[in-house]
Amino acid sequence: MAAALTARENGASVLVLEAAPQHFRGGNSRHTRNLRCMHDAPTDVMTEAYREDEFYKDILSVTGGQTNEQLARMTIRESANCAGWMKRHGVRFQPALGGTMQLGRTNAFFLGGGKAMMNAYYAAAERTGIRVIYNAEVVDLHVADGKFESASVLLEGQTFEVRAKAIVAASGGFESNLEWLRRIWGPPADNFLIRGTPYNQGKVLARLIDLGVESVGDPTQGHFVAIDARAPKFDGGIVTRLDCVSLGIVVNKNGERFYDEGEDFWPKRYAIWGRLVAQQPDQIGYCILDSKAMGKFMPSVFPPMEAQSIGELARLMQLPEEKLVATVGAYNAAVQPGTFDHTILDNCKTSGLHPEKTHWALRIDRPPFFAYGLRPGLTFTYLGVKVDERANAVMKGGQRTRNIFAAGEIVAGSILGKGYVAGFGVTIGTVFGRIAGREAALEARNGKASAP
Amino acid sequence: MMPLVLLREGSHLLTVCNACRYCEGYCAVWKAMEHRVVFKERDLNYLANLCHNCGECYYSCQYSPPHEFDINPPKTFAKIRVSSYEQYAWPRPLAKAFRANGLLVSLLTAALLIAFLLFGSMAVGSRLLTPVRDGDFYQIVPHEVMASAFGTVGFFVALALLIGFLRFWRNSGEPFSELANPAALGLALKDALRLKNLDNGGEGCAYPAEKSSQALRWFHHATFYGFLSCFVATTLGAFDYYVLGWHGPPSYASLPVIFGTFGGIGLVIGPIGLFALKQRRNREIVNMSQDGMDISFIVLLVVISITGLLLLALRESAAMGALLIVHLALVMTLFVTMPYGKFVHGIYRFAALLKWALERGRPIQGRPEVQDAPRIRA
Repeated sequence: MAAALTARENGASVLVLEAAPQHFRGGNSRHTRNLRCMHDAPTDVMTEAYREDEFYKDILSVTGGQTNEQLARMTIRESANCAGWMKRHGVRFQPALGGTMQLGRTNAFFLGGGKAMMNAYYAAAERTGIRVIYNAEVVDLHVADGKFESASVLLEGQTFEVRAKAIVAASGGFESNLEWLRRIWGPPADNFLIRGTPYNQGKVLARLIDLGVESVGDPTQGHFVAIDARAPKFDGGIVTRLDCVSLGIVVNKNGERFYDEGEDFWPKRYAIWGRLVAQQPDQIGYCILDSKAMGKFMPSVFPPMEAQSIGELARLMQLPEEKLVATVGAYNAAVQPGTFDHTILDNCKTSGLHPEKTHWALRIDRPPFFAYGLRPGLTFTYLGVKVDERANAVMKGGQRTRNIFAAGEIVAGSILGKGYVAGFGVTIGTVFGRIAGREAALEARNGKASAP
Repeated sequence: MMPLVLLREGSHLLTVCNACRYCEGYCAVWKAMEHRVVFKERDLNYLANLCHNCGECYYSCQYSPPHEFDINPPKTFAKIRVSSYEQYAWPRPLAKAFRANGLLVSLLTAALLIAFLLFGSMAVGSRLLTPVRDGDFYQIVPHEVMASAFGTVGFFVALALLIGFLRFWRNSGEPFSELANPAALGLALKDALRLKNLDNGGEGCAYPAEKSSQALRWFHHATFYGFLSCFVATTLGAFDYYVLGWHGPPSYASLPVIFGTFGGIGLVIGPIGLFALKQRRNREIVNMSQDGMDISFIVLLVVISITGLLLLALRESAAMGALLIVHLALVMTLFVTMPYGKFVHGIYRFAALLKWALERGRPIQGRPEVQDAPRIRA
């Protein structure tokens, strides 16, 4: 929508083809909450300062260097202008310090979250005469010599051809395309839960790559987190997150532990447990807690299973009872004395276990006992199309396409080769959206394209 | 007791909302929610009455229908509010008056109108249709009759409202001693008098439709301050009568008439505006079954104000006697129905604001280590 609004302001006629119905419009932006912005001094929506170098260092750290410095730094510098631009388009922010999180320094929070932001954009689109068609799925693109000519659009069972002088692909990754997921991960993919919209099918992405556009990002990687196993197949969003791993132990369906639950703090822990669970039989894990842990983590939307003994809990969760009792017994016996402190890497650990729990290890001995099922929740996929600093899609071999631009999640892989840092998706979406909209409008007005 | 199905709906709503918290920047409901982990009946009653029915959260919600979580805070809270009105009502048997409230109020209006007119014409006879010198309405209904009838009913109404308020307070879990906390009372009054929770940082709220506007706030202000102004007028009138001993009709330039006139105008503009907004509101997010209650209250306020203003304008004409009787019959209907109709929303809203004023200063008990997950990104 950032692209659509900017293109319109630069004099283009704009048509937005939205695959989803109105309520689910705008892909996963609906599930976002804030954006990460560079700023040299406190603003009305962020505290202190967050400078380019620190920002870039954060990107380097989460991606392990899998980024494009030129694009990343351009995005970071442009991020300083995002909040102002968004406000001019009706997006409302929470005041600085108003938010609950420590992210108040680096991130600006939308009042009401991502759906409120998108509502503001769609209202702005309506005011400025941008036409939006819902339930309109782009199923094919027609491109000749790196020049986009038309798109085939499926609407109410009929296919239409839409011609345009330029196109901005802002159609996201393929995380909701179950068939594609199965091709990559095999049968385990059937047990993945998709955290966001069911409409990110990746069809435009696939077609662009087919047409010879250069891809970026590992096609076999996605961002997984461990979420409540009872979450819906699609679109459970933020409320299904569950971060209780460090306060107990996690076993697989055989009642065995498989990884150090106390290895690290939340961002890292959160980022690896989805994948760890995905590697277990039937892609399921069970977090076992006792009453000491309750109230120390943000609850999931679903209540935990509760029992007075580990054996009873095993029966409730349909886990092998003897095995679970033995696992918990062995763990309890291995716990060393220490001083529990969840805010640091404390000295509560086990000794003599495989694997060990290296921090926050307390005996699971105070009933009632609780259990949550965990499943891998797929947030997004990394595969995208390569763009230059004009958001212009680049063909294999380095040649630029003439009038194909891309923005949003579909280009994020250029900058985030792996990992994730809160609020950066919206930053990339806004920065590249604005650039793509401006460049597409320029192309449409000046280009020698002769579409009717 | 709240019906079980409503208890489940409310608890589902707040469990989802408390795991999300994207709405924390909106009204006090979402901040108060974060002080809780489980949502029992009393929490639902409190949060539902704290809700000003503005609708912002609904439009911002990624889980609102058709999402399978089916999150609709304004509608769920509206249903819980009506249930809580019944729960707190005194005396208990009259709690049923909240159901089919519109019909009951209409019937009562008709009954009281007929009764007053019959009684009036029997007592005053043909003088009812004859001009009275100086428009002195005490010639038609003697002051003692008016004062004793409305005084008695008024006392009962005040008692019923007070008991309802105290029942809310007990249910909310706050000690009665906190009712005398001046700082909290000050904060709650400020929130109530400004309708701060309909403001959302200056943009207003998503009522009647998605685009934020201050319309609800301003029309409610006109209604509320109109009502208050009429109340002041009545009080001043009583002061003039009893303390200053002015027994004649107040002059056009007297304070009771000035306050009454402004109040009456506010009570015409405000409720009519609210009614107009009501016609344009999003029916998906309201509790349609309380329409009778809302509309009967609006209509009563408007007709009372119009007859009151007419009474002032025509007090020296032959119409005064009949108008007076009609006006008094309508005011009596309003009085009698106040503890069992829409009016109580103000009582419980204020009680909820008062509780919030106390609660917001307290640390959040057992708050988990709050971490911002890498949100699903755009």
